[in-house]
Amino acid sequence: MTQRTSEITVGLFMVAGFAALLMLALQVSGLSLKPTSDTYTVYADFNDAGSLSPRGKVAMAGVSVGRIRDISLNQKTFQARVAIEIESKYDGIPADSSAVIRTSGLLGDQYIDISVGADEASLADGDSFFETQSAMNLERLITNFASGR
Amino acid sequence: MTRPMTDRLASLGRGGINTVGSLGRSGVFLWRALAGIPRPRVGFPLLVAQIYSVGVLSLAIVVVSGLFIGMVLGLQGYTILSDYGSEQAIGQMVALTLVRELGPVVTALLFAGRAGSSLTAEIGLMKATEQLSSMEMMGVDPLRRVIAPRFWAGFISLPVLAVIFSVVGIWGGMLVGVQWLGVFEGAFWSNMQSAVDFGDDVLNGVIKSLVFGVVCSWIAVFQGYDCVPTSAGISSATTKTVVYSSLAVLGLDFVLTAVMFGGF
Repeated sequence: MTQRTSEITVGLFMVAGFAALLMLALQVSGLSLKPTSDTYTVYADFNDAGSLSPRGKVAMAGVSVGRIRDISLNQKTFQARVAIEIESKYDGIPADSSAVIRTSGLLGDQYIDISVGADEASLADGDSFFETQSAMNLERLITNFASGR
Repeated sequence: MTRPMTDRLASLGRGGINTVGSLGRSGVFLWRALAGIPRPRVGFPLLVAQIYSVGVLSLAIVVVSGLFIGMVLGLQGYTILSDYGSEQAIGQMVALTLVRELGPVVTALLFAGRAGSSLTAEIGLMKATEQLSSMEMMGVDPLRRVIAPRFWAGFISLPVLAVIFSVVGIWGGMLVGVQWLGVFEGAFWSNMQSAVDFGDDVLNGVIKSLVFGVVCSWIAVFQGYDCVPTSAGISSATTKTVVYSSLAVLGLDFVLTAVMFGGF
């Protein structure tokens, strides 16, 4: 084995290692190389945010249109304020649309579903949803039913 | 009556002194090997030659083991998950298991058996045939000439091997899950991508394999350098390399996992 051949094989070995790391990054962990700046932010106030979490899915008619950026408590109304990033290409969402928390499948994760309204005007950056519907809390439903309210 | 008692006490003390002494020697040894950074023009070819024998030649065993471990994970995962009707989660199961745990750990164990033992035997034989002391006579520092390139080669090769192991294993899992058992391919990849995080899972796995790289190479070169220079001494040093490396890797893996994923 000459010096040159072993240098070439070692070079190939290192390249294979970096290619494998790149593969883990892009294909396995779904890291995206394109910048994520092309979004706009809208807000939704929920009485109960359930088990929503940042990076969660936001969908319209079952199609993913954006994701949850951040969830905080509004100190004045004591509601959960959810900041939603929506991709800029979906810029025609009617202003009177409502945000509903739904569960994917019977035991799946919760996500925000946007029910389409009929307004001519569209939601713009910084707007809030006029109407929201909180997470269905099965325990609370049963308690209410049992206590006859 | 008192004589055997003190003898026993003395042998206990001797064992303790030997253990502490060998730990101290290995620490000083590591420090001197690290401080003797090879000069670029002389050291680089030595390093390349060592990466070739330590890393490239270990590639075959790592790829084959990775493929079979991934296939077994796919098969086992499918049988368990299909009971709950969630075969699609097989992708995330295979990927998380490999990237977080099996990739770094199994690669380090294979590395200790394949490369660590040969490093120990090579250096031990150099010591037994007095090649190391003749180097010293010629004014060549054996730590810089022999030990440092081998240590750095192990440190560089192990993470590369571990990453390749994970990728091949995931491919093996896909082979069984998607091609053979018929899990829907889109769900396989999208579940995996939503569950695996690059920073938390992939990079933590790489950090683990870096730590194992230090530990395995350190134990291997130290056992060779510190062995009794006889054929029996070399054989027991080689055994110690494999045993100590495996135990250290498994023990450290628990500690690292607790720190990284235990939520402390």
